[in-house]
Amino acid sequence: MAEMNTAPEKAKKGPGVKKGKKLSTKVDLTPMVDLGFLLITFFVFTTTMSQSTAMNMNEPKDDKNAEMKVKESGAMTILLGKQDQVYYYYGNLDSTRLNEQFQHTNFKDIRDLIVKKKKETNIDDLMYIIKSSDESTFRNAINILDEMSISAVPPGHYAEVPMSKLEQTLIHDYETANDIK
Amino acid sequence: MPRVKIPRKSTHVDMTAMCDVAFLLLTFFILATKQKPPEVLSVNPPNSISAKVAPEKAILITMTADGRAFLTLGDDTKKMDILENINQTRGLNLTAKDLQKWNKQEFIGLPLNQIKGYLEMEHPIEPAKMPGIPVKDSTNNEMIDWIRSISNAYAGTDQNKLQQILLVKGDNEALYPVFRNIKEALKKNEIYKFRVVTNGQPVPVGSELYNESRS
Repeated sequence: MAEMNTAPEKAKKGPGVKKGKKLSTKVDLTPMVDLGFLLITFFVFTTTMSQSTAMNMNEPKDDKNAEMKVKESGAMTILLGKQDQVYYYYGNLDSTRLNEQFQHTNFKDIRDLIVKKKKETNIDDLMYIIKSSDESTFRNAINILDEMSISAVPPGHYAEVPMSKLEQTLIHDYETANDIK
Repeated sequence: MPRVKIPRKSTHVDMTAMCDVAFLLLTFFILATKQKPPEVLSVNPPNSISAKVAPEKAILITMTADGRAFLTLGDDTKKMDILENINQTRGLNLTAKDLQKWNKQEFIGLPLNQIKGYLEMEHPIEPAKMPGIPVKDSTNNEMIDWIRSISNAYAGTDQNKLQQILLVKGDNEALYPVFRNIKEALKKNEIYKFRVVTNGQPVPVGSELYNESRS
């Protein structure tokens, strides 16, 4: 491929007589082209098109008169604990069957649970109640809201609510029992 | 018979033009790429499927991983008004010169009672070492004062504009109570709509939203 040196080499005329070789001034640019495209490819692949996006948040007005009544059959409460743990229960907590009601899961499986609940329930009764513990992170709070949009839960069918004492104790018990720090 | 002499042509192609193109493209890509501004506070926002682009000039509340809160007033037209407003409402006793100096700072991350001292300092503290605006407990939530001054500056017809540019950016590992207190501060000032900065991600394949958008 590379260009041959085409300047004819003349026979030496004798010992000690040196004649300057006529070298071509052409430089083979192929490697340089290779290098150029290599760099382009490198830059194109390493550049991450990172664009910050904005997620809309709508907070409810704190209005005691406008408190929503939620049907027990349509409610699913999702609790966010520390170490990205997720707990959930359906309806109201019944102190006689807490162990049965109060379930543990993680962020991977919560999507299926959300969708399952959505399919089982009449859309008018559907309500997801999200409660974040003080040890959960900002990521958890955003991710669970994101899960709501991923599962196409219509706005107004999920709400963030402060956690009750009982729920805190239940989470704490689970954490001590399963050694979650 | 004279032999027909087929001239031997060199297979060599002149690479100069191709080389020029390659480097022209390279130069173009390097120059056209917008460099990310060096981040003074390193914050790693969570992912979301939201596809709306965050505005660049924003009133930004930043939460770091260790739970400090910072404020960036990105809208230069109102920045001075906001600073003057908080100076008056909280009686910070800042002179016009102090305010000018403060106006040049990008990040606000100090308790209000330390502002005066900070502005008189010869070598100002770097934002990364500031203690942050106190938000940790609800009795001493200075973010409420800040938001009040901000919403005063955007009173009336500018209210819609404020909704557009009010952003909360938080680190993945920031604890939830900080976020709750910031939300509380916004709510106390009757701001119910704001936006959270996230890293955009495509909608997961097979999810409900994905199926809905395809059908």
